[in-house]
Amino acid sequence: MVQKLEYLKETPSQTAGPYVHIGLAPGAAGFDIYERELGQDIAGPNAKGERIRIEGLVIDGTGSPVKDVLLEAWQANADGIYPHPEVDGDVEEGFRGWGRVITNFETGEWGFDTVKPGCVPGRNGSTQAPHINLWIVARGINVGLNTRIYFDDEAEANAKDPIINMIEWENRRATLIAKRGERDGQVVYRFDVYLQGESETVFFDI
Amino acid sequence: MPLKGEFYQRDREWHPPAYTHDYKTSVARSPQKSLISLDQTVSEITGPRFGHSDIAALDNDLIYNYAGEGQSAIGERIILHGRVLDENARPVPNTLVEAWQANAGGRYRHKKDTYLAPIDPNFGGCGRTLTDENGYYFFRTVKPGAYPWRNWVNSWRPAHIHLSIFGTGFTQRLITQCYFEGDPLLGKCPIVKTIPTQEGRDSLVAALDMNATIPLDTIAYKFDIVLRGRRSTLFENRLEGN
Ligand SMILES: [Fe+3]
Repeated sequence: MVQKLEYLKETPSQTAGPYVHIGLAPGAAGFDIYERELGQDIAGPNAKGERIRIEGLVIDGTGSPVKDVLLEAWQANADGIYPHPEVDGDVEEGFRGWGRVITNFETGEWGFDTVKPGCVPGRNGSTQAPHINLWIVARGINVGLNTRIYFDDEAEANAKDPIINMIEWENRRATLIAKRGERDGQVVYRFDVYLQGESETVFFDI
Repeated sequence: MPLKGEFYQRDREWHPPAYTHDYKTSVARSPQKSLISLDQTVSEITGPRFGHSDIAALDNDLIYNYAGEGQSAIGERIILHGRVLDENARPVPNTLVEAWQANAGGRYRHKKDTYLAPIDPNFGGCGRTLTDENGYYFFRTVKPGAYPWRNWVNSWRPAHIHLSIFGTGFTQRLITQCYFEGDPLLGKCPIVKTIPTQEGRDSLVAALDMNATIPLDTIAYKFDIVLRGRRSTLFENRLEGN
């Protein structure tokens, strides 16, 4: 026998279930309970940088939009600073860097407004292209899925991004890249997530 | 404060796999390709922080946080309490814990829940709280009822409370469910059984805690939550020749 390691085991994950909205977005479940729901405003009114909107669908293995998803975003500000005590530098007053959205119950469309993040440091002196970290939970998803949203107008930075480059299958890298467009004078990126199948989005074990 | 170290790798054999045949909804919603493992960067090690200005005093009291004046939720009054720890057994202070559940009859206050058990007009079914400096949290609520769901024709969920926990890094983000000691439905639930080991399943069962009950008032269950642990320093520079 050997000595015992004293670590605890992480609490096992369970699906968020169909009623995740009650806990994390009660307004969407159909009732108002909190003075303030969390995660409604990612960047706040004072954030520098380009105002953008990101929209998409989450599509299952049958090709159908998933209509009971909750997504959480975590991003740096336009200067590439995360609002966190271990990070040097300050963010704008009211910049949260975090938000959550749910899909429309009828269409499965989701969307959130924010600012485009800046480049952030990578490991070993590298630089990561602008990206938003995304966490996806829903009924039928046993452990929340992590992916990243990159931007198609950052081709140069994307080409040098250490995470994108780590993905061995070059044809899968495009699944992480949101497509820039415009609607009513506003910048709107499209980012559809494929849970399964031929065009399956790259998900990370972080 | 400088960036501290990586979080320990998640034990994917301890968590449920993505594809679990008997929990049918997972079949079309589970990635088939392998997850791509990445060395954590500042994007993963950091995460959102919350403070007392984000929540209100009554948010952790589900018996009263939606009840009308002088009213309270119907059901067995319980305290659900415990600590949020990391894998190093250190408390995780000031972290947000969110909870949601069905009422005592097993009905959710949700426009998509059509179970015939009645809505309790004084029960919303959600709460949230921050852990204190020792990682301790508690909710007061009513014990949720079992409810039927469409998986097999005759499937019933054991009583459970859904919990969402943040920690300090986005890698620690976790949603789970807390079950109750002695529930006869535990061994029959395909969602519980997505967890591969009995030991893992048992770790989601809250223990009846007589020491924490309030006599003649509220019964208590203890449920500790463990988030991923972390190295104290970031080891990112490769050694020469490595
Ligand atoms: Fe449930």
